[in-house]
Amino acid sequence: MLSAILTVLLQAVAGATVGKLGAALGAGLVAIGTGMGIGKIGASAMEAIARQPEASGDIRSNLIVSAALIEGVAFFAVITCVLVILV
Amino acid sequence: MLKLSKGIITILVLLLFGLNQLNAQHGHNNADVNESENHSADSHGIREFNAGEYIVEHVSDAYDWHLTSWGRDHHISIPLPVILYSKHPELHGGKRFFVFMSSKFHHAHDPYKGFLISDSEEFDGKIVEFDSHGNELGRPIDLSITKTIAEAIISLIILIIILVSAARKAKRSTGKAPTGLQNFLEPIIIFIRDEVAKPAIGETKYKKFMPYLLSVFFFILLNNFIGLIPFPPFGANVTGNIAVTMVLALFTLGITTINGNKHYWKEIYNPDVPWWLKFPIPLMPIIELSGVITKPFVLMVRLFANMLAGHMVVSVFISLIFIFASLMGPVAGFAISPVSIAFSVFILLLDVLVSFIQAYVFTLLSAIYFGMATAEHD
Repeated sequence: MLSAILTVLLQAVAGATVGKLGAALGAGLVAIGTGMGIGKIGASAMEAIARQPEASGDIRSNLIVSAALIEGVAFFAVITCVLVILV
Repeated sequence: MLKLSKGIITILVLLLFGLNQLNAQHGHNNADVNESENHSADSHGIREFNAGEYIVEHVSDAYDWHLTSWGRDHHISIPLPVILYSKHPELHGGKRFFVFMSSKFHHAHDPYKGFLISDSEEFDGKIVEFDSHGNELGRPIDLSITKTIAEAIISLIILIIILVSAARKAKRSTGKAPTGLQNFLEPIIIFIRDEVAKPAIGETKYKKFMPYLLSVFFFILLNNFIGLIPFPPFGANVTGNIAVTMVLALFTLGITTINGNKHYWKEIYNPDVPWWLKFPIPLMPIIELSGVITKPFVLMVRLFANMLAGHMVVSVFISLIFIFASLMGPVAGFAISPVSIAFSVFILLLDVLVSFIQAYVFTLLSAIYFGMATAEHD
C-alpha cells in the first residue's frame, strides 16, 4: 500500500500522466456543467413559449444570447484544459 | 446494498493505484513513445498519420498557403511574403530589414540568409535567427504576411466592395425602395440598430457607436463564413486566431474606456458601498477593475474558442478517415469516408449558425458595455 502511494506521488511530481488525467476530467466536468446549464435555459424557454406563443420571437433571441454566454464560460474552461495537455 | 457499493469503491481505488504501478514499471516516457513512432514510420517508407499534428497544422497560422500535397515530398502551396526586422544585424552583414517570399524556405527544410523555420519546442513553426554555431538566438521582429493576414486582407477587400457599393447605392436612391445588395444588407443593419444598439445604449447616444458596431459585426460574420469555405482563396481561420480576437476585444475596451462618463468611473473607483470596503484595502475598486479587464477578455476567448472548436471538430472527422486507413488498410478508409464527410457537413452547417450567433453576441455585448459606459444616472 505504501509503495502504491509512493508511486502515485512520484508520478504526480513527475507530472507525466496525472496532469493529463486531470485535464481530461476537467473537460468532462465542463461538458456536464454546460449541458445542465443550457438545458435549464432551454427548458424554461420551452415553457415560456408554451404559455405565450406570440412572444416566441423575443424568447428565442434571449435563449440564444444566454446560451452563447454560458458556452463562453464553457469554452474558457476547455481552453484551460487543452493548455494543460499541450503545454 | 451497502456492502456491494463498498466493494465497488474498493475495487475502483485499487485499480487506480494498480494501473499507476503498471505505468511505472514500463519506464517509458510519453516522449519516447512518440519519437519511436515517428522513426518507425520513416524506416517503413510510409509516413504514419499523426492526427494531432495534422489537426493543429490545419487550424493554425503558416508562412505559406498550403493547398495540397501527395506522397511525402510533393507539396503545392502559394508562397507568401516574409518580412523580418532582425535584432542581430551582425549575423547578416549589417542588414536589418529583410523581405523575401516564403518559398525560399522550401517548406521549412532549408535555412535562408540566417533565418530558418524552427523545429524546437519553444519556437515551433516560427522563424528564428541562428548564429554560426547553429544555436537559435530568438525571433526577429516578424511582420510577415502569413496565411491569416492574407485571408484577413482578402476578406477586407470583399467587405469594402460590398458595403461601400451598397452605401453608395443607398445614397443615390434615397426615397426609393431598396433593391439588390442594398436590399440584402438593410434588414441586417436595421436589426443591429433597433435590436442591439438602441436598447443597449439608448435613443440619444447610439449613433456615435453605430459605425463600430456595424464594422465589428460584418467583419466577424464575414471572416467566420470565409473560414468555413474549404477551397482557396478562402478557408483560412482568421477569427480562430487569438491575436485577431484580442485586437477586436481591445477595440471594445478602448472605446468603452474613452467614452466612460463620470458616473461610470465613479462606479468603479468609488462605488456606493460601505466605507470599509474601500478604505484600508480598496476591495471593491479592485474587483470592479478586474471586471473591466475580464469582460473584453471573455469576449476574446468566446469568439476564439467557438471558431477554433468548430474547425478542429471538422479536422478531427476528416482525419478519422486517415486514422482508419492507417490502422486497418485503405479499404477501411474508403468505407468510413461517407460517414466522415456526412458528419463534417453537419458540423459545418452548425458552424454557420454558430458564426451568426458569435458575431451577434460579440456586437450585443460590445453595445451593452458601451451602454454601461455612457449610462446616465437617473
